Amino acid sequence: MKILIVEDEIALLNAIADSLAKEHFVIETASDFHAASEKINVYDYDCILLDIMLPHGSGLQLLEQLKGTGKPGNVIIISAKDSLDDKLKGLELGADDYLTKPFHIAELNARIKAVIRRNKLDGKNTLEIANVILDLKERTCLVNKKHVALNRKEFDILNYFLLNKNRLVTKTALAEHVWGDNIDQADNFDFIYYQIKNLRKRLQIANADIEIEAVYGIGYKLIEK
Amino acid sequence: MKLLNKSLIWLSISLFLVIGVWSVFFYFNMLKEIKGSVDEGLDNYKRQIIYQAQKDTTILNKNNFAEGFFTIHEITQSEALSIKDQYIDMLMLMQDSDDESPELEPVRMLTTAFENNGRYYELRIINSMVEEDDLVKELLRDAIVLYLLLIVVIIIINNLVLKRLWQPFYSFLNQLKKYRIGKNFPEVNTDIKEFSDLQNAVNILLKHTVETYEQQKEFIGNASHELKTPLAIATNKLELLIEKGNLQDEQAKNIAEIMSIIERLVRLNKSLLLLTKIENQQFLDNQTVSLNDIVKQNVSDLDEIAEFKNIKISVSETAQLTAFMDVSLANVVVSNLLRNAIFHNEDHGMVQIEISDKAIKISNTGIKAPINEQQLFSRFHKTANNSNGTGLGLAIVKAVCHLYGFIIQYRYGNNLHCFEWQVK
Repeated sequence: MKILIVEDEIALLNAIADSLAKEHFVIETASDFHAASEKINVYDYDCILLDIMLPHGSGLQLLEQLKGTGKPGNVIIISAKDSLDDKLKGLELGADDYLTKPFHIAELNARIKAVIRRNKLDGKNTLEIANVILDLKERTCLVNKKHVALNRKEFDILNYFLLNKNRLVTKTALAEHVWGDNIDQADNFDFIYYQIKNLRKRLQIANADIEIEAVYGIGYKLIEK
Repeated sequence: MKLLNKSLIWLSISLFLVIGVWSVFFYFNMLKEIKGSVDEGLDNYKRQIIYQAQKDTTILNKNNFAEGFFTIHEITQSEALSIKDQYIDMLMLMQDSDDESPELEPVRMLTTAFENNGRYYELRIINSMVEEDDLVKELLRDAIVLYLLLIVVIIIINNLVLKRLWQPFYSFLNQLKKYRIGKNFPEVNTDIKEFSDLQNAVNILLKHTVETYEQQKEFIGNASHELKTPLAIATNKLELLIEKGNLQDEQAKNIAEIMSIIERLVRLNKSLLLLTKIENQQFLDNQTVSLNDIVKQNVSDLDEIAEFKNIKISVSETAQLTAFMDVSLANVVVSNLLRNAIFHNEDHGMVQIEISDKAIKISNTGIKAPINEQQLFSRFHKTANNSNGTGLGLAIVKAVCHLYGFIIQYRYGNNLHCFEWQVK
């Protein structure tokens, strides 16, 4: 998997690159319009992370350029602009997703994997890790080929963890992903803990070969046993 | 007060003064004219009587007013020489044709002297005068009639003519009231210079405002970009740092604290941008929104949290409620109110949501005392038990309501904190 990161802020560029390297992606970077334009012309990428405001030009122009060449490749716009207009324009031009800064690394991971999987034409839409299979279309969970009943939110949590296998998922990232912006108040950490506890219990009962580990009380990590 | 009425008041006062002063002058002038003409008449009589006396000496014996309008007395030469023609006003007991008994009537009397066949006589002639009090009464009545007539005419002129003249102004004013940024500038066709000047001045002002608004909008976009990128870097770097591991518990705890501070900054930044956007009216994707659906959606989103906090949420709908507004803002209002009700609650508390055809009422248990309504909706107001909120939630609700002209009210009663959002 080859990913191009187009971002003018070097510190952010490096942070994203570091994180994606852990997922064993092949990373290339561009920090201005011309460099990005050249790379897009010459190489093919599975996924392009695109900032809109760039030195010497706009990310949206790059998007137009890419779609003009007819090359394949998913595009996720990463922008500080979160007005509806910008989002609609980006998606209209053919972007696959739109992520507003600031974002959590776990969220970026999940989005990248989601768009890549969505465009794979193998028909099935499942996530498989160890003996756990998550069917995203039917929203069902199978452990050892046996059905495990999960409620809507538990399914979303597990999905998020599977997309971030072996990676840190902070409590805030999880809360934002599953409960949206709604949960930004005081005692959400206890609440997340309670939800994870329930999920762990269900996985344990089903003898799943995955485990959700706590990481320094800041977040969790899903690992294979 | 309307301009028309104001000008009417000033005109009434000044007309009153003018007509009052004019009446006094008119009265005295009139009196002078009347006396002059009476005096001339008396003078004529005098000459006729003297002429008559030469022919008919019997009239020389008339020495009483009862017989006529003149009296003649014989006097000495020296007395006659000392008499000059003299007109005086006096009262005399007389019976007019319209009087039942003799009354004191004002008369003008000429006293003069003449010589007839070497003998000297004093002649007194009277002529009745106008009654001054009658004159004053008449004049006062006429003045009042004139005054009222003028006022009526002015009102008619004001209403017909001035209203028509001011019509472009009022039409311009109405357009200004309805004006929103992005629409055409208000315009009226008029050849009245003052109004076209006003229109030009207002349009220049509007143009300037629109420019400022555009700059502001751009500034918000830029500011958000500038703030969000560093926040993203800080979040991501810390997340990577923790992932790397090899941290001692103390270090991890510190990093966790820093992360939660950054989270707070992120939320604050987001809320402030939202507030600024609402106040700049950058949300105008208005459509008919079903608030019942939005409430249900939000309740289901917050289900687990409420359950976790042992709070029971009940929704009762007596009608379908819709509002014409931006969907995302409707969500913001409902979710902020609902979150408030859940997070400022007590253990085993409850939240009641009532949707009627006019309003949404969200009541919740909580601290057993009313909250100051003024502070409640102000920015950065926080209650003691909630130091992690941004303090902007209700300020945002208020701003949305202000934008669309909705009413949001807070009440406390029966140990319930109640927020009522009146849509209609």
